[in-house]
Amino acid sequence: MTTQDLTAGTQPEAFRLRAERRRWGEVVVKACLALCALVSVATTVGIIVALVVPSIEFFREVSIVDFFTDDRWAPLFKPASFGVRPLLVGTLVITFWACVVCLPCGLGAAIYMSEYARPRVRNIIKPALETLAGIPTVVLGFFALTFLTPHFQDLGLDVGVFNVLAAGTAVGILLIPVVASISEDAMVAVPQDLRDGAYALGSSRLQVSTRIVVPAAISGIVASFVLAISRAIGETMIVLIAAGGIAQITFDPREQVQTMTAFIGATGIGDVPTGSIEYKTIFAVGLTLFVITFVMNMISIRLVRKYRDVYE
Amino acid sequence: MLTLAVLALGAAGCGRGDDDDEGAAAGTTAADTGGEQLSGDVEADGSSTVGPLTTAAAESYREQQPGVNVTVGISGTGGGFERFCAGETDISDASRPIHDDDEAPVCADAGIEYQNYQVAVDALTVVVNSENDWVTCLTTEQLKKIWEPKAEGKITNWNQIDPSFPDQKLTLAGPGTDSGTFDYFTDEINGEEGASRTDYNASEDDNVVVQAVAGDKGGLGYFGYTYYEENTDTLKAVEIDGGDGCVAPSRESAQDGAYTPLSRPLFIYVKTESIQTKPQVAGFVDFYLNNLDTIAEAAQYITVPDDVVSENLSKLQTQEG
Repeated sequence: MTTQDLTAGTQPEAFRLRAERRRWGEVVVKACLALCALVSVATTVGIIVALVVPSIEFFREVSIVDFFTDDRWAPLFKPASFGVRPLLVGTLVITFWACVVCLPCGLGAAIYMSEYARPRVRNIIKPALETLAGIPTVVLGFFALTFLTPHFQDLGLDVGVFNVLAAGTAVGILLIPVVASISEDAMVAVPQDLRDGAYALGSSRLQVSTRIVVPAAISGIVASFVLAISRAIGETMIVLIAAGGIAQITFDPREQVQTMTAFIGATGIGDVPTGSIEYKTIFAVGLTLFVITFVMNMISIRLVRKYRDVYE
Repeated sequence: MLTLAVLALGAAGCGRGDDDDEGAAAGTTAADTGGEQLSGDVEADGSSTVGPLTTAAAESYREQQPGVNVTVGISGTGGGFERFCAGETDISDASRPIHDDDEAPVCADAGIEYQNYQVAVDALTVVVNSENDWVTCLTTEQLKKIWEPKAEGKITNWNQIDPSFPDQKLTLAGPGTDSGTFDYFTDEINGEEGASRTDYNASEDDNVVVQAVAGDKGGLGYFGYTYYEENTDTLKAVEIDGGDGCVAPSRESAQDGAYTPLSRPLFIYVKTESIQTKPQVAGFVDFYLNNLDTIAEAAQYITVPDDVVSENLSKLQTQEG
């Protein structure tokens, strides 16, 4: 009926799809909303410009080949060297240990809340997880330094005062709510018919969870994973406090590392003179970081598109 | 202009009389010169180590003379003397005496007369973990072996420093490249300012150094002596052998020069012409020298002994003419 009415709208006397007068309120609302969208776009453009200009000046003085192939990062020392790989490896190992913690824990929590937990239990766990998401990262940094590290040492792990393991674990704890919350939303959105069908065929709850719900919600789950990884790469305060300050290539989680973000943070609060090569280094590292997270987000969008609509 | 200068000097003179024996009477000077509102600029430049001291003096001085604008640059001791002898600055901050062979003649040629005043003692302390029971004294050669650029990635165990030390991983922490402490240590120990291994935990926050050393049995770090005084319960200071036997860091050994080479006097050089023609420079230097105790404490340096304080003040009187 309604579709017929709409097609009948070609007759001017019967239906006018356009308003007779302009609705000024609507125009204003539309402009405001467009402005809000524009703020984020303009900010991104601004960030790119702010990063690219000093970075170009940096790469005029330091060869881009050295930047990516040299294994020594000591931009503030004499003789200076600008091999970014130790920082990349530092970021990588922190992200790896954060993922080891947050991906299984987050996904497990999501499956539990969506498939197993009774509403009453869920009503307790979900707000608790969201509280965890609200803990300032500086607090988690000191939690890693003054709680996790000494306890790892008590457990007999030979970790240093500053180490990858504690910092990575703390970043992982920070990201559990991100994974759990987004994954759970995706799982709850899976149509009940799919579950009922599986149960009717005699499936157990575990089978329904792992073979029906998780595959059906995979686009949301993948999105949560990629978002968590991006956040882990960009996390600053925890690694600044707990991961140490030595830029070295090591895959030993008991050692200390410096990540790209920690370098930016530590150097930014010092007093390097504006315009010096040390100052521009901050922007070159920032641009590298930006490109990495940008690529991660592109991959995430691709993956989400690829797996979407299968069951919807 | 001239009368103002005379008034300011008169007032400053009273303040000195009160403070001769103890520099602690900061309030007295404030009260005495409080009536004279000076104005104008004071240009200071030079050592990044003395800079914080002059800045601390300028900040306290602004409370009683808000019209006087003290600019403190940090071009380094050498760069500071260059500007000073070109007549650009009134005060030059220096972490060593002026060189008689190349710097002093430049000043003499330009007709710039000056007087130097010792304003504080800078002392560095090398610290290890309180559980470290194998080291009480290190020679400057051993420190060099630990910290020189070529030690990077190689000297990683205590038994490499001395075969009698145990097989214990060496973990290093120290100040970042922005600090005067780093410049001083690398200059004295490694022989070149800024030359250092880079694989240590470098932080501008001394507390990070404390955490790193206090939390690791094989830890070693260095920072200013006054910061060590606040952490004596968690850290152990190492005696330093500069060639004449081991000397423990302390206020006394730093003041009398026995704790060498990790203690040194810090100076300001003041242009005589500025003292005599610019009342704001005379007022500022007078305030500076009369409150060395509080200023040194604020900038985390060791204060000069009493006899240096009185020597400074009599030199100032002579310079004022």
